[in-house]
Amino acid sequence: MSEIKSRDADLVVIGAGPAGLAAAISAKKNGVQDLFVIERNDWLGGILPQCIHDGFGIELLQEQLTGPEYAQRYIDELRKLEISCMLSSMVLEITPEKKVFVASPAGLFCFNAKAIILAMGCRERTRGQICIPGTRPAGVYTAGVTQNLINLKNVIVGKDVVILGSGDIGLIMARRLTLEGAKVHAVVEILPHTNGLPRNIQQCLIDYDIPLLLSHTVIEIHGQNRVDSVTISPVDENLKPIKGKEQRITCDTLLLSVGLIPENDLSKKCGVKLSSVTGGAVVNETLETSVPGVFACGNALHVHDVVDFVTLEAERAGKSAAEYILGKPRKMERIRVEAGNGIRYVLPQRILRCTDLELSIRVACPGENVTIGFFDGKKLVKKKKFRKVHPARMIKIMLGKSETVAIKALKVEVLGK
Amino acid sequence: MNDKSDVLVIGAGVIGCAIARELSKFKIKTTLLEKETDVCSGVSKGNSGVLHTGLYYPKGSLKAKLCVEGRLMFPELAKQLDVPYKICGKHIIARTEEERKDLEDLKATGEGNGVKGLTIISGEELKSREPRLDALYALHSHVAGIFPPYLFTIALAENALNNGVKVYVNTKVSAIKQENGCYKVTTNQRVFYTDIVVNSAGLYADRISAMVGLDDYKLYPCRGEYLLLDKTCGDLISSMVYPVPPKVAGVLGVHLTPTIDGNLMIGPSAEFIDSREDTRTTKEKVQQLIDGANDLLPSIPLNQIIYAFSAVRSKITPPEEKTSRDFIIREDFENFINMIGMESPGLTASPAIAKHIVQIIKRKKDLEEKTDFDPIQKRTKPFSKTSRAEQASLIKADPAYGEILCRCEHVSKREVLDALNNPISGKTISAVKYRTRAGMGRCHGGFCLPKIVEILEEEYGIPSKEIKLKNLDSPLFIGRTKDLRESEKSE
Repeated sequence: MSEIKSRDADLVVIGAGPAGLAAAISAKKNGVQDLFVIERNDWLGGILPQCIHDGFGIELLQEQLTGPEYAQRYIDELRKLEISCMLSSMVLEITPEKKVFVASPAGLFCFNAKAIILAMGCRERTRGQICIPGTRPAGVYTAGVTQNLINLKNVIVGKDVVILGSGDIGLIMARRLTLEGAKVHAVVEILPHTNGLPRNIQQCLIDYDIPLLLSHTVIEIHGQNRVDSVTISPVDENLKPIKGKEQRITCDTLLLSVGLIPENDLSKKCGVKLSSVTGGAVVNETLETSVPGVFACGNALHVHDVVDFVTLEAERAGKSAAEYILGKPRKMERIRVEAGNGIRYVLPQRILRCTDLELSIRVACPGENVTIGFFDGKKLVKKKKFRKVHPARMIKIMLGKSETVAIKALKVEVLGK
Repeated sequence: MNDKSDVLVIGAGVIGCAIARELSKFKIKTTLLEKETDVCSGVSKGNSGVLHTGLYYPKGSLKAKLCVEGRLMFPELAKQLDVPYKICGKHIIARTEEERKDLEDLKATGEGNGVKGLTIISGEELKSREPRLDALYALHSHVAGIFPPYLFTIALAENALNNGVKVYVNTKVSAIKQENGCYKVTTNQRVFYTDIVVNSAGLYADRISAMVGLDDYKLYPCRGEYLLLDKTCGDLISSMVYPVPPKVAGVLGVHLTPTIDGNLMIGPSAEFIDSREDTRTTKEKVQQLIDGANDLLPSIPLNQIIYAFSAVRSKITPPEEKTSRDFIIREDFENFINMIGMESPGLTASPAIAKHIVQIIKRKKDLEEKTDFDPIQKRTKPFSKTSRAEQASLIKADPAYGEILCRCEHVSKREVLDALNNPISGKTISAVKYRTRAGMGRCHGGFCLPKIVEILEEEYGIPSKEIKLKNLDSPLFIGRTKDLRESEKSE
């Protein structure tokens, strides 16, 4: 006799970060009654409670909130709507039949879901994945883990710090550690441009006189038991270290802010097709993946720059899931969306029907006075000019129903000057 | 002096632990010393984790004899000690007619060593078994296997402990003297007395030997680097894949090893180095491993690399010699047994080496078998390795099984707590990692580290400053928030 607790559910939302919360709220508001949010931590809000800096909500709420404040808005609404949440609950597996296996201290559950929203967020790229040579001592941390430790556990990882990578969390941690009395000796970025939002470069580095070394990287970690120094080197245009220019920096800590990877181990097992560019699912404009009834949003779909866009996207996923569950008529895929010259990716990758459409776009490299064109085959159907573009900033563009009605294949690219 | 041991084993690598466990079958006092914070902290940890066939070693050598014997003893031992393993077989591939001759030679050597069932198969047959591999021929051994060397070593040590062996970690030997008919062993912790010393110090065996005046052994540290690929890669190959061994003393060439957990390992490199402490990974060797792996398996997804690590072999073969020297296992001095040059296949041979050492000791001491020796060692059932129905029962019986602390490897709080309560090592992050796999996955501890830190602080009352990564000198934190600001103020 199996002890597995089996149960039917209209919707299972995986993850209670900003994406999961907004998706669940939206689904409920759009008529889904029988839904569960599954969260592996023992708190709601995902990564937001550790983001005690402000700047959340500017786009969406026109307010400057801290991470915990932003999360609380949605937690309160979730509570008000009486949406069921399971905390300290880890989804172990999603089957192609949409069975969701969940381990929690209360037992092992199996939800037979009509629809699923993937909102697992992302994880950080580690030292091992970028193969930084050297020893393997204590004192090498990813920026997000450091942020968790310092803000939620109140422990400090080190006092003499070098940060590799100019991702936003790394920049935020440069400031946080400085405020805490640590010395951040340098932020080292292998690319010739920064990876974080311009406002974070200003507010976290420039305002605190923290050196930013572009076109540099860490080529070796030293120290047998605890980091005692790192060797950095400038790199050439092929990102290869330039011999003879190495420099050793004494430090006790190396922080890594070298990229985020959408979490999709669960998605793969249930057959969801993933994009090799975004690391997330391939979706249509309803945010439905290649598995019918499985939707994706937030950083599990593609890594966002600001949380406001995560929320908006998740609300769409929640609405789409509701339409799916409630049996609204659906159409077959009609249009392929392609990222052309100068564009890293465009979401969605597929469009079902002629409708007002929001595209999320990231460019491949920074630029000024850039025009992005939208092509149907060879025909230019729309163009838009931007004073500044940057890979760290997501571009949102609306295409009206009238603009998409006749399109057969949509290609987005940066136009030549 | 009243706690004098009959036998004192220096070094708790796999061989030292196997010896301690073998000695725990007898009514004698055995002591096991380890300079690191945990057992299996040196050569035994950083290798391919292979149960070797016995192909590479000349007939009549200790390596050949003990490797084959050890392999045959392993399955029973693994069952007793609850250590997972898999006999996945191994293919050594030849890409030229010339290399086919090397395969013939290896086959002949192996058969001379008593290995049965070795076959040379065609490239087509290889392809039918391993569709991603291209070669002209392959030598197949169906008896070779894989297992996690740290789980094996930990189980040996814990079983020895349960059967009465005294185990001391963080205990580094600094001097050995003969005194009143026994040995006085001085360490950084305390002094030990023993009738017999077994030198199983691995990479430092020459230094231990020199402490009793036998200073003519020279070890040549030879570093091997590895790359570990994510679990998405474990099914690319189903057996171990080796090239024909390069003509360098006692190395097997960059090979591909699936692990029982579904990862894939690339390595090791072989590089003679000056300092045996130098366990760096290097850009050059990482590139060499990548090239080697691409050569064996062109479809290998190198973006799935999740970790690079290295370990140092304890070779007694000088770099310029082309054939590898045999293990040295002998009583070099009265009641002082040396084991020098314990490199590959030491892991496979370890059970047989332990028997061999007991035979040497039997000539010196009457060893009476215990009647209450318990060969069985159970480890906490790993949540991720059980069926869904069994997982449900585990959680029902113990809710700590339902709290998953490691997202990549699905390790439960029960397993982490039991690892922290282990009877040998300190409560380090590494002790948890090697016992449970928490932190071995693709996020490399990003999710579980803060959770383990919380347990250490809140459930064990360990201040954050005292939390260590792997040994006493590897603090994870410098203190709590405000500490630095306070110290600034007081300056």
